[in-house]
Amino acid sequence: MLEGIFVDGLIFSIMVIGIIISFRVMDFADLTCEGSVAAGAAIATVHIVNGGSIIVALLLAFLVGAMAGTVTAIIHNKFKIPGLLAGILTMTMLYSINLRIMGNRANIPLLKSVTFFDKVENFFPFLPSSVASLIGIILVVLLIKILVDIFFRTDLGLSLGALGGNEQMVISQGINPEYLKIMGISFSNGLIALSGGLLAQYQGFADGNLGQGMIVQGLAGIMIGEFLFSSNKISLITLRAILGAIIYKALMFLGRKYGYLIHITPNDFKLLTGILVIISLWIASGRSKASARSAKKNAIHRSLERTGDIK
Amino acid sequence: MIEINNLTKVFYPGTVNEKVALENISLKVDEGEIVCVIGSNGSGKSTLFNLISGTYSVTNGQIIFKDKDVTKMPEYRRAKYIGRIFQDPTKGTAANMTIEDNLITASSKGWKSLKISLNNTRRKEFSKLLIPIGLQDRLKDNVGLLSGGQRQALTLLMTIMSNPEVILLDEHTAALDPRNAEIVMDLTLKYIAEKNLTAMMVTHNMKFAIEFGTRLIMMDEGKIIFDVKGEDKKNLTVDKLLEIFKNIKNEEFTNDEGLLNV
Repeated sequence: MLEGIFVDGLIFSIMVIGIIISFRVMDFADLTCEGSVAAGAAIATVHIVNGGSIIVALLLAFLVGAMAGTVTAIIHNKFKIPGLLAGILTMTMLYSINLRIMGNRANIPLLKSVTFFDKVENFFPFLPSSVASLIGIILVVLLIKILVDIFFRTDLGLSLGALGGNEQMVISQGINPEYLKIMGISFSNGLIALSGGLLAQYQGFADGNLGQGMIVQGLAGIMIGEFLFSSNKISLITLRAILGAIIYKALMFLGRKYGYLIHITPNDFKLLTGILVIISLWIASGRSKASARSAKKNAIHRSLERTGDIK
Repeated sequence: MIEINNLTKVFYPGTVNEKVALENISLKVDEGEIVCVIGSNGSGKSTLFNLISGTYSVTNGQIIFKDKDVTKMPEYRRAKYIGRIFQDPTKGTAANMTIEDNLITASSKGWKSLKISLNNTRRKEFSKLLIPIGLQDRLKDNVGLLSGGQRQALTLLMTIMSNPEVILLDEHTAALDPRNAEIVMDLTLKYIAEKNLTAMMVTHNMKFAIEFGTRLIMMDEGKIIFDVKGEDKKNLTVDKLLEIFKNIKNEEFTNDEGLLNV
């Protein structure tokens, strides 16, 4: 059971890392996510059901997400509309495209096909299947985390961070911000779709509505992670994204298991997740006020000391 | 170095808010010149800078940079030759990144590659560069933690590091307190001299504009009304400058009056 939470959380963490790239690093509120996670699930499932290889299925998921991100970034660049609106447009269009990918079915089961998790179980025959799945997904997440960490330490990755902090600075450095946005948003959505591709294989089906509410869940994961520790190092930012994602899934698991005691059903989860995000925002603003207060106190203290010196 | 021919900029053309910000300006800045631009608010100084650096598109006219027409070149491509520092200290640096990350991003212009350039050799170089502004031990601090003066000094350092041929300084010390303004200005003049840069500097300080630089331009209502360099500039005083300004304004005033009487 416990392994299940971790596997679920780790799959989710890939998406959270993707959302961090757009929301936090690039400061681009991108809602393409809800469409691209379903698109990744759809294309990976269709490829596997048709007998394709799992690696190719996951690569296709990444690519389809990257393409969706490219569309969002181009709409944003060319028509000068806010990223939020561009993302909503792509997300909505993707809903139809995803159903097309799935051959106009709302749901495709994967139960009879060999998935990533079946492969891993066969690779570690001596381990219980849930532990084998866990090891498999840990390796995937670790690989992604390392690649993301390295990418954001390269010159190109840093310029993406600079874009989020100050677009004018990027322009002043002679970099075309439009290309940077295309690259960053497509990378972000590639990861999100990859997460969708893995999720479909884990839950055993792809669904046209898979993406609904994903962005708020992802934000909840990010914010839980940000409570753990604060840092400006990319390796710690991705680490806390992974931890936040797992904690979020654990909370949801507890809600499913014990929620009936206080009459909570899974139908309430979207509401609860939204409230969780609002509470996180509330605590975060309280924190910054508290640190402002303590800074003020310190300043008064220092000025008193100084006047003491003069005396 | 920079040649501006018959440059005109009209904001919101064809609407009731139509405003002619620059009217038929021509200006030629030679290599190595340090041009101080003065003028009251709304005289078109900032618009001129925004047109030179490509933030705004021109309504009419031509901007030539080293014999190359850059009138239609996008801002990020012109930025390869032009370093620009704004009045707002937050505009030149990325607050969400560390000082070293900001510096490495600024150390070369143009599209970046997947190379990791930041290493200990570079860190040592950066530390050394940061000594004059007292930030040598804070490479790993986020820029958002710095004061306005420190940020502007860092912006200056980053601008110089990227080896521009021209720098445009848009009242870059106006938002700082007098002490920090002096430090940043001293550094600016030091770097301009060291790197032999061509510079254009907007300032509100007439005394400064007279003392420094090789050329002085006064702007008013979208036009260049006074342009002086060489010996004439050396003999200039604040009183003389004010007198010239008043004379020009008076002339206009009487002209307007004349028009109204007709």
